[in-house]
Amino acid sequence: MSPRGLLASAGLIARKDLAIEFRTRSAFLSALVLSLLAIVIFYFAWDPTAVGAGDLAPGVLWVTFTFSGLLGLHRSFGVEAQEGAMDALLIAPVPRQAIFLGKALANLVFVLGVQAVALPAMVLFYGVGVGAAWPALIGVMVLAAIGLVAIGTLFAGLTANTRLAELLLPVLALPFFVPIVMPAAQATAKLLAGRPLAETFAWLRILLAFDLVFVYACMLVFPATLDD
Amino acid sequence: MDGVRCEVQAGECLALFGPNGAGKTTTLRLLAGLLTPTSGEARIAGLRLPAPTARQHLGLISHRTMLYEALTGRENVAFSARLYGLSDPDAAAERALRALRIADRADVPVRQLSRGMQQRVAIARAIVHGPDVLLADEPYTGLDEQGATALTALLRERRDAGAALVLVTHHLHEGLALATHAAIMRGGRFVRYEPAAGLDPAAYASTYRALVA
Repeated sequence: MSPRGLLASAGLIARKDLAIEFRTRSAFLSALVLSLLAIVIFYFAWDPTAVGAGDLAPGVLWVTFTFSGLLGLHRSFGVEAQEGAMDALLIAPVPRQAIFLGKALANLVFVLGVQAVALPAMVLFYGVGVGAAWPALIGVMVLAAIGLVAIGTLFAGLTANTRLAELLLPVLALPFFVPIVMPAAQATAKLLAGRPLAETFAWLRILLAFDLVFVYACMLVFPATLDD
Repeated sequence: MDGVRCEVQAGECLALFGPNGAGKTTTLRLLAGLLTPTSGEARIAGLRLPAPTARQHLGLISHRTMLYEALTGRENVAFSARLYGLSDPDAAAERALRALRIADRADVPVRQLSRGMQQRVAIARAIVHGPDVLLADEPYTGLDEQGATALTALLRERRDAGAALVLVTHHLHEGLALATHAAIMRGGRFVRYEPAAGLDPAAYASTYRALVA
Protein backbone atom coordinates (compact mmCIF):
# COMPACT_ATOMS: atom_id res chain seq x y z
CA MET A 1 0.00 0.00 0.00
CA SER A 2 1.56 3.27 -1.08
CA PRO A 3 -0.09 6.71 -1.04
CA ARG A 4 -1.10 8.01 -4.44
CA GLY A 5 0.34 11.16 -5.90
CA LEU A 6 -1.52 14.38 -6.55
CA LEU A 7 -2.42 13.73 -10.19
CA ALA A 8 -3.24 10.04 -9.75
CA SER A 9 -5.57 10.85 -6.83
CA ALA A 10 -7.14 13.72 -8.73
CA GLY A 11 -7.75 11.46 -11.73
CA LEU A 12 -9.39 8.88 -9.49
CA ILE A 13 -11.70 11.44 -7.90
CA ALA A 14 -12.58 12.95 -11.30
CA ARG A 15 -13.40 9.51 -12.71
CA LYS A 16 -15.61 8.76 -9.74
CA ASP A 17 -17.47 12.07 -10.09
CA LEU A 18 -17.99 11.55 -13.80
CA ALA A 19 -19.22 7.99 -13.21
CA ILE A 20 -21.80 9.34 -10.74
CA GLU A 21 -22.88 12.04 -13.17
CA PHE A 22 -23.03 9.53 -16.02
CA ARG A 23 -25.33 7.31 -13.93
CA THR A 24 -27.67 10.06 -12.79
CA ARG A 25 -27.27 12.64 -15.60
CA SER A 26 -29.37 14.96 -13.46
CA ALA A 27 -27.02 17.94 -13.36
CA PHE A 28 -25.93 17.61 -16.99
CA LEU A 29 -29.47 17.45 -18.32
CA SER A 30 -30.55 20.35 -16.08
CA ALA A 31 -27.62 22.46 -17.27
CA LEU A 32 -28.29 21.55 -20.88
CA VAL A 33 -32.00 22.38 -20.66
CA LEU A 34 -31.17 25.68 -18.95
CA SER A 35 -28.66 26.56 -21.70
CA LEU A 36 -31.01 25.75 -24.54
CA LEU A 37 -33.92 27.52 -22.86
CA ALA A 38 -31.83 30.65 -22.33
CA ILE A 39 -30.72 30.63 -25.98
CA VAL A 40 -34.33 30.20 -27.15
CA ILE A 41 -35.75 32.87 -24.81
CA PHE A 42 -33.08 35.40 -25.82
CA TYR A 43 -33.79 34.52 -29.45
CA PHE A 44 -37.51 35.28 -29.18
CA ALA A 45 -36.86 38.48 -27.26
CA TRP A 46 -34.36 39.64 -29.87
CA ASP A 47 -35.17 42.33 -32.41
CA PRO A 48 -32.76 41.70 -35.32
CA THR A 49 -33.51 45.15 -36.78
CA ALA A 50 -32.19 46.84 -33.62
CA VAL A 51 -29.24 44.62 -32.67
CA GLY A 52 -27.13 42.50 -34.98
CA ALA A 53 -26.67 38.80 -34.23
CA GLY A 54 -22.92 39.23 -33.86
CA ASP A 55 -23.45 41.87 -31.17
CA LEU A 56 -25.98 39.87 -29.18
CA ALA A 57 -24.66 36.32 -29.48
CA PRO A 58 -21.48 36.65 -27.34
CA GLY A 59 -23.47 38.06 -24.42
CA VAL A 60 -26.13 35.37 -24.71
CA LEU A 61 -23.48 32.70 -24.94
CA TRP A 62 -21.57 33.73 -21.82
CA VAL A 63 -24.62 34.45 -19.69
CA THR A 64 -25.85 30.99 -20.62
CA PHE A 65 -22.56 29.22 -19.90
CA THR A 66 -22.04 31.03 -16.62
CA PHE A 67 -25.39 30.11 -15.13
CA SER A 68 -25.59 26.57 -16.52
CA GLY A 69 -22.08 25.89 -15.24
CA LEU A 70 -23.15 26.83 -11.72
CA LEU A 71 -25.64 23.94 -11.70
CA GLY A 72 -22.89 21.38 -12.20
CA LEU A 73 -20.51 23.09 -9.82
CA HIS A 74 -23.04 22.96 -7.01
CA ARG A 75 -23.65 19.27 -7.58
CA SER A 76 -19.97 18.35 -7.51
CA PHE A 77 -19.82 18.74 -3.73
CA GLY A 78 -23.47 17.89 -3.20
CA VAL A 79 -22.68 14.21 -3.82
CA GLU A 80 -20.04 14.35 -1.09
CA ALA A 81 -22.37 16.03 1.41
CA GLN A 82 -25.26 13.58 0.94
CA GLU A 83 -24.07 10.76 3.19
CA GLY A 84 -20.97 12.37 4.64
CA ALA A 85 -18.75 10.93 1.88
CA MET A 86 -16.48 13.96 2.16
CA ASP A 87 -15.21 12.61 5.50
CA ALA A 88 -14.05 9.42 3.78
CA LEU A 89 -12.18 11.50 1.20
CA LEU A 90 -10.62 13.66 3.90
CA ILE A 91 -9.25 10.78 5.95
CA ALA A 92 -7.85 9.03 2.86
CA PRO A 93 -4.12 9.57 2.40
CA VAL A 94 -4.50 11.90 -0.58
CA PRO A 95 -3.37 15.52 -0.69
CA ARG A 96 -6.22 17.99 -0.09
CA GLN A 97 -5.30 19.67 -3.40
CA ALA A 98 -6.02 16.38 -5.18
CA ILE A 99 -9.65 16.66 -4.07
CA PHE A 100 -9.82 20.15 -5.58
CA LEU A 101 -8.07 19.11 -8.77
CA GLY A 102 -10.22 15.99 -9.18
CA LYS A 103 -13.43 17.92 -8.66
CA ALA A 104 -12.25 20.68 -11.00
CA LEU A 105 -11.35 18.15 -13.72
CA ALA A 106 -14.78 16.53 -13.53
CA ASN A 107 -16.43 19.97 -13.55
CA LEU A 108 -14.36 20.97 -16.58
CA VAL A 109 -15.60 17.93 -18.51
CA PHE A 110 -19.14 18.82 -17.40
CA VAL A 111 -18.91 22.47 -18.50
CA LEU A 112 -17.22 21.58 -21.80
CA GLY A 113 -19.93 18.99 -22.43
CA VAL A 114 -22.64 21.62 -21.97
CA GLN A 115 -20.72 24.05 -24.19
CA ALA A 116 -20.31 21.40 -26.89
CA VAL A 117 -24.09 21.24 -27.28
CA ALA A 118 -25.01 24.85 -26.52
CA LEU A 119 -22.48 26.49 -28.85
CA PRO A 120 -23.75 24.83 -32.07
CA ALA A 121 -27.32 25.55 -30.90
CA MET A 122 -26.46 29.21 -30.51
CA VAL A 123 -24.79 29.33 -33.95
CA LEU A 124 -27.85 27.67 -35.45
CA PHE A 125 -30.41 29.96 -33.79
CA TYR A 126 -28.64 33.26 -34.34
CA GLY A 127 -27.19 32.40 -37.73
CA VAL A 128 -23.80 33.83 -36.85
CA GLY A 129 -21.05 32.87 -39.25
CA VAL A 130 -18.20 31.25 -37.40
CA GLY A 131 -16.37 29.98 -40.48
CA ALA A 132 -12.66 29.48 -39.93
CA ALA A 133 -12.89 30.85 -36.38
CA TRP A 134 -14.10 27.52 -34.95
CA PRO A 135 -10.73 26.39 -33.52
CA ALA A 136 -10.14 29.81 -31.95
CA LEU A 137 -13.66 29.90 -30.56
CA ILE A 138 -13.17 26.47 -29.02
CA GLY A 139 -9.88 27.72 -27.56
CA VAL A 140 -11.72 30.63 -25.90
CA MET A 141 -14.35 28.24 -24.56
CA VAL A 142 -11.74 25.94 -23.03
CA LEU A 143 -9.68 28.77 -21.52
CA ALA A 144 -12.76 30.40 -20.01
CA ALA A 145 -14.07 27.07 -18.75
CA ILE A 146 -10.81 26.45 -16.87
CA GLY A 147 -11.09 29.75 -15.01
CA LEU A 148 -14.80 29.40 -14.27
CA VAL A 149 -14.36 25.86 -13.03
CA ALA A 150 -11.41 26.75 -10.77
CA ILE A 151 -13.35 29.52 -9.02
CA GLY A 152 -16.61 27.60 -9.02
CA THR A 153 -15.04 24.47 -7.54
CA LEU A 154 -13.46 26.47 -4.72
CA PHE A 155 -16.72 28.17 -3.78
CA ALA A 156 -18.76 25.00 -4.25
CA GLY A 157 -16.47 23.34 -1.70
CA LEU A 158 -16.74 26.30 0.63
CA THR A 159 -20.53 26.41 0.55
CA ALA A 160 -21.23 22.66 0.34
CA ASN A 161 -22.03 22.26 4.02
CA THR A 162 -24.04 25.42 4.40
CA ARG A 163 -27.81 25.39 4.46
CA LEU A 164 -28.06 27.99 1.70
CA ALA A 165 -25.43 26.46 -0.59
CA GLU A 166 -27.52 26.90 -3.75
CA LEU A 167 -27.94 30.60 -3.01
CA LEU A 168 -24.48 31.27 -1.63
CA LEU A 169 -22.54 29.69 -4.48
CA PRO A 170 -23.66 32.16 -7.19
CA VAL A 171 -23.48 35.11 -4.79
CA LEU A 172 -19.86 34.32 -3.93
CA ALA A 173 -18.66 33.01 -7.28
CA LEU A 174 -20.25 35.41 -9.76
CA PRO A 175 -18.11 38.47 -8.88
CA PHE A 176 -15.00 36.34 -9.40
CA PHE A 177 -16.36 35.10 -12.74
CA VAL A 178 -16.24 38.65 -14.16
CA PRO A 179 -12.48 38.70 -14.97
CA ILE A 180 -12.99 35.46 -16.91
CA VAL A 181 -16.30 36.16 -18.62
CA MET A 182 -15.35 39.67 -19.75
CA PRO A 183 -12.30 38.74 -21.89
CA ALA A 184 -14.07 35.58 -23.05
CA ALA A 185 -17.07 37.58 -24.27
CA GLN A 186 -14.80 40.18 -25.92
CA ALA A 187 -12.76 37.51 -27.71
CA THR A 188 -15.95 35.72 -28.79
CA ALA A 189 -17.39 38.98 -30.16
CA LYS A 190 -14.26 39.61 -32.24
CA LEU A 191 -14.30 36.06 -33.60
CA LEU A 192 -18.02 36.11 -34.43
CA ALA A 193 -17.58 39.49 -36.14
CA GLY A 194 -14.98 37.88 -38.38
CA ARG A 195 -12.16 40.09 -37.12
CA PRO A 196 -8.58 38.85 -37.63
CA LEU A 197 -7.43 36.35 -35.04
CA ALA A 198 -4.62 38.66 -33.96
CA GLU A 199 -7.20 41.09 -32.54
CA THR A 200 -8.24 38.50 -29.98
CA PHE A 201 -4.72 37.83 -28.69
CA ALA A 202 -4.82 40.54 -26.06
CA TRP A 203 -8.05 39.13 -24.60
CA LEU A 204 -6.72 35.57 -24.79
CA ARG A 205 -3.60 36.62 -22.89
CA ILE A 206 -5.76 38.18 -20.17
CA LEU A 207 -7.85 35.01 -20.05
CA LEU A 208 -4.77 32.83 -19.78
CA ALA A 209 -3.28 35.02 -17.05
CA PHE A 210 -6.48 34.88 -14.97
CA ASP A 211 -6.64 31.10 -15.51
CA LEU A 212 -3.14 30.65 -14.13
CA VAL A 213 -3.77 32.95 -11.17
CA PHE A 214 -7.15 31.44 -10.30
CA VAL A 215 -6.09 27.80 -10.67
CA TYR A 216 -3.00 28.34 -8.53
CA ALA A 217 -4.75 30.50 -5.92
CA CYS A 218 -7.77 28.19 -5.64
CA MET A 219 -5.57 25.11 -5.20
CA LEU A 220 -3.67 26.93 -2.49
CA VAL A 221 -6.77 28.14 -0.64
CA PHE A 222 -8.92 25.03 -1.05
CA PRO A 223 -7.52 23.00 1.90
CA ALA A 224 -8.49 25.84 4.26
CA THR A 225 -12.12 25.60 3.11
CA LEU A 226 -12.27 22.00 4.34
CA ASP A 227 -11.71 22.87 8.00
CA ASP A 228 -14.79 22.11 10.06
CA MET B 1 -13.45 19.09 24.68
CA ASP B 2 -11.23 19.80 27.64
CA GLY B 3 -8.45 17.85 29.28
CA VAL B 4 -9.06 14.64 27.37
CA ARG B 5 -5.95 12.50 27.38
CA CYS B 6 -5.84 8.88 26.31
CA GLU B 7 -3.67 6.40 24.49
CA VAL B 8 -4.80 3.30 22.65
CA GLN B 9 -2.08 0.77 21.90
CA ALA B 10 -2.06 -1.88 19.17
CA GLY B 11 -4.49 -4.67 20.04
CA GLU B 12 -6.48 -2.46 22.41
CA CYS B 13 -10.01 -1.15 22.15
CA LEU B 14 -11.25 1.97 23.87
CA ALA B 15 -15.03 2.15 24.19
CA LEU B 16 -16.40 5.66 24.63
CA PHE B 17 -19.78 5.98 26.28
CA GLY B 18 -21.78 9.05 27.08
CA PRO B 19 -25.04 10.86 26.47
CA ASN B 20 -25.74 12.90 23.33
CA GLY B 21 -23.54 15.98 23.21
CA ALA B 22 -20.93 14.53 25.58
CA GLY B 23 -18.16 14.95 22.99
CA LYS B 24 -17.75 11.35 21.83
CA THR B 25 -18.09 12.09 18.13
CA THR B 26 -15.94 15.20 18.48
CA THR B 27 -13.23 13.05 20.08
CA LEU B 28 -13.45 10.63 17.19
CA ARG B 29 -13.33 13.41 14.59
CA LEU B 30 -10.25 14.83 16.28
CA LEU B 31 -8.62 11.39 16.18
CA ALA B 32 -9.54 11.10 12.48
CA GLY B 33 -7.96 14.46 11.70
CA LEU B 34 -11.33 15.82 10.58
CA LEU B 35 -11.19 18.48 13.28
CA THR B 36 -8.18 20.51 14.33
CA PRO B 37 -7.84 20.93 18.09
CA THR B 38 -7.46 24.50 19.37
CA SER B 39 -4.80 23.12 21.70
CA GLY B 40 -3.23 19.71 22.12
CA GLU B 41 -2.72 17.15 19.42
CA ALA B 42 -3.79 13.77 18.11
CA ARG B 43 -1.23 11.27 16.89
CA ILE B 44 -1.76 8.07 14.94
CA ALA B 45 1.12 5.57 14.94
CA GLY B 46 3.25 8.37 16.35
CA LEU B 47 2.46 10.63 13.40
CA ARG B 48 0.74 13.94 13.92
CA LEU B 49 -2.60 14.36 12.16
CA PRO B 50 -3.68 15.30 9.55
CA ALA B 51 -0.51 14.25 7.69
CA PRO B 52 -1.34 11.84 4.82
CA THR B 53 1.17 9.34 6.22
CA ALA B 54 -0.82 9.27 9.46
CA ARG B 55 -4.15 9.00 7.65
CA GLN B 56 -2.83 5.94 5.79
CA HIS B 57 -3.29 3.98 9.04
CA LEU B 58 -6.87 5.08 9.68
CA GLY B 59 -10.24 3.53 9.02
CA LEU B 60 -13.45 5.32 9.95
CA ILE B 61 -16.91 3.86 10.40
CA SER B 62 -19.66 6.36 11.06
CA HIS B 63 -23.39 6.30 11.65
CA ARG B 64 -23.51 8.02 8.24
CA THR B 65 -22.54 5.60 5.48
CA MET B 66 -20.10 7.94 3.65
CA LEU B 67 -21.06 6.10 0.43
CA TYR B 68 -22.00 7.34 -3.03
CA GLU B 69 -25.56 6.24 -3.58
CA ALA B 70 -25.35 6.20 -7.38
CA LEU B 71 -22.41 3.78 -7.32
CA THR B 72 -22.62 0.10 -6.46
CA GLY B 73 -21.26 -1.24 -3.20
CA ARG B 74 -18.35 -2.82 -5.05
CA GLU B 75 -17.51 0.45 -6.82
CA ASN B 76 -17.60 2.33 -3.54
CA VAL B 77 -15.27 -0.10 -1.80
CA ALA B 78 -12.93 -0.40 -4.80
CA PHE B 79 -12.77 3.40 -5.06
CA SER B 80 -11.64 3.54 -1.45
CA ALA B 81 -9.09 0.77 -2.09
CA ARG B 82 -7.68 2.79 -5.01
CA LEU B 83 -7.48 5.95 -2.90
CA TYR B 84 -5.31 4.02 -0.46
CA GLY B 85 -3.09 2.83 -3.29
CA LEU B 86 -3.74 -0.92 -2.86
CA SER B 87 -2.05 -2.99 -5.55
CA ASP B 88 -5.15 -5.06 -6.37
CA PRO B 89 -8.11 -2.89 -5.37
CA ASP B 90 -10.77 -5.12 -6.90
CA ALA B 91 -9.58 -8.21 -5.04
CA ALA B 92 -9.31 -6.22 -1.80
CA ALA B 93 -12.86 -4.92 -2.29
CA GLU B 94 -14.13 -8.46 -2.87
CA ARG B 95 -12.43 -9.69 0.35
CA ALA B 96 -13.88 -6.86 2.41
CA LEU B 97 -17.37 -7.35 0.99
CA ARG B 98 -17.20 -11.09 1.70
CA ALA B 99 -16.09 -10.43 5.27
CA LEU B 100 -19.26 -8.39 5.77
CA ARG B 101 -21.38 -11.02 3.95
CA ILE B 102 -22.59 -8.50 1.40
CA ALA B 103 -20.70 -9.67 -1.70
CA ASP B 104 -23.86 -11.09 -3.30
CA ARG B 105 -25.51 -7.64 -3.23
CA ALA B 106 -22.38 -5.70 -4.10
CA ASP B 107 -23.31 -4.95 -7.70
CA VAL B 108 -26.49 -3.12 -6.83
CA PRO B 109 -26.44 0.70 -6.56
CA VAL B 110 -26.15 1.61 -2.91
CA ARG B 111 -29.41 3.60 -2.95
CA GLN B 112 -31.28 0.36 -3.69
CA LEU B 113 -29.91 -1.36 -0.58
CA SER B 114 -31.56 -1.34 2.83
CA ARG B 115 -30.01 0.84 5.56
CA GLY B 116 -28.46 -2.20 7.21
CA MET B 117 -26.90 -3.42 3.97
CA GLN B 118 -25.60 0.05 3.25
CA GLN B 119 -23.95 0.03 6.66
CA ARG B 120 -22.26 -3.28 5.85
CA VAL B 121 -20.88 -1.79 2.62
CA ALA B 122 -19.76 1.25 4.63
CA ILE B 123 -17.86 -1.00 7.04
CA ALA B 124 -16.30 -2.90 4.12
CA ARG B 125 -15.17 0.47 2.72
CA ALA B 126 -13.61 1.39 6.05
CA ILE B 127 -11.62 -1.83 6.45
CA VAL B 128 -10.67 -2.50 2.83
CA HIS B 129 -7.10 -1.23 3.33
CA GLY B 130 -6.59 -3.14 6.59
CA PRO B 131 -6.22 -0.09 8.84
CA ASP B 132 -4.06 -0.28 11.99
CA VAL B 133 -6.42 2.12 13.70
CA LEU B 134 -10.16 1.75 13.38
CA LEU B 135 -12.45 4.52 14.59
CA ALA B 136 -16.08 3.51 14.85
CA ASP B 137 -18.86 5.98 15.62
CA GLU B 138 -22.11 4.16 16.38
CA PRO B 139 -21.20 1.42 13.90
CA TYR B 140 -24.21 -0.72 14.85
CA THR B 141 -26.64 1.85 13.39
CA GLY B 142 -29.14 0.14 11.10
CA LEU B 143 -27.62 -3.33 11.42
CA ASP B 144 -29.85 -6.33 12.04
CA GLU B 145 -28.81 -9.06 14.49
CA GLN B 146 -26.79 -10.95 11.87
CA GLY B 147 -25.06 -7.78 10.78
CA ALA B 148 -24.32 -6.74 14.35
CA THR B 149 -22.85 -10.16 15.10
CA ALA B 150 -20.71 -10.03 11.96
CA LEU B 151 -19.50 -6.54 12.92
CA THR B 152 -18.63 -7.56 16.48
CA ALA B 153 -16.72 -10.58 15.15
CA LEU B 154 -14.92 -8.41 12.62
CA LEU B 155 -13.96 -5.74 15.16
CA ARG B 156 -12.71 -8.43 17.57
CA GLU B 157 -10.72 -10.03 14.76
CA ARG B 158 -9.18 -6.65 13.84
CA ARG B 159 -8.34 -5.95 17.48
CA ASP B 160 -6.82 -9.40 18.01
CA ALA B 161 -4.80 -8.94 14.81
CA GLY B 162 -3.18 -5.91 16.41
CA ALA B 163 -5.38 -3.03 15.31
CA ALA B 164 -6.21 -0.26 17.77
CA LEU B 165 -9.92 0.43 18.03
CA VAL B 166 -11.86 3.38 19.33
CA LEU B 167 -15.54 2.61 19.55
CA VAL B 168 -18.25 5.17 20.25
CA THR B 169 -21.53 3.57 21.17
CA HIS B 170 -24.63 3.89 23.32
CA HIS B 171 -24.74 0.11 23.68
CA LEU B 172 -22.82 -0.67 26.87
CA HIS B 173 -22.93 -4.44 26.44
CA GLU B 174 -21.56 -4.44 22.88
CA GLY B 175 -18.96 -1.84 23.79
CA LEU B 176 -17.73 -3.66 26.88
CA ALA B 177 -17.63 -6.98 25.00
CA LEU B 178 -14.93 -5.54 22.75
CA ALA B 179 -13.24 -2.99 24.97
CA THR B 180 -9.92 -3.32 26.74
CA HIS B 181 -10.54 0.17 28.15
CA ALA B 182 -13.75 2.04 28.77
CA ALA B 183 -14.45 5.71 29.23
CA ILE B 184 -17.55 7.67 30.09
CA MET B 185 -17.75 11.20 28.71
CA ARG B 186 -19.84 14.11 29.84
CA GLY B 187 -19.54 17.76 28.90
CA GLY B 188 -16.45 17.18 26.75
CA ARG B 189 -14.47 15.45 29.53
CA PHE B 190 -13.67 11.92 30.58
CA VAL B 191 -15.51 11.45 33.86
CA ARG B 192 -14.38 7.83 34.13
CA TYR B 193 -11.58 6.01 32.33
CA GLU B 194 -10.46 2.52 33.29
CA PRO B 195 -9.43 -0.91 32.01
CA ALA B 196 -12.48 -2.88 30.94
CA ALA B 197 -11.25 -6.28 32.14
CA GLY B 198 -13.44 -7.50 34.96
CA LEU B 199 -16.07 -4.81 34.55
CA ASP B 200 -19.53 -6.14 35.19
CA PRO B 201 -21.87 -4.75 32.49
CA ALA B 202 -24.81 -4.45 34.87
CA ALA B 203 -22.79 -2.63 37.54
CA TYR B 204 -21.18 -0.47 34.87
CA ALA B 205 -24.61 0.46 33.51
CA SER B 206 -25.62 1.67 36.99
CA THR B 207 -22.39 3.67 37.29
CA TYR B 208 -23.02 5.12 33.83
CA ARG B 209 -26.55 6.18 34.70
CA ALA B 210 -25.37 7.79 37.91
CA LEU B 211 -22.57 9.68 36.19
CA VAL B 212 -24.54 11.04 33.26
CA ALA B 213 -27.76 11.78 35.12
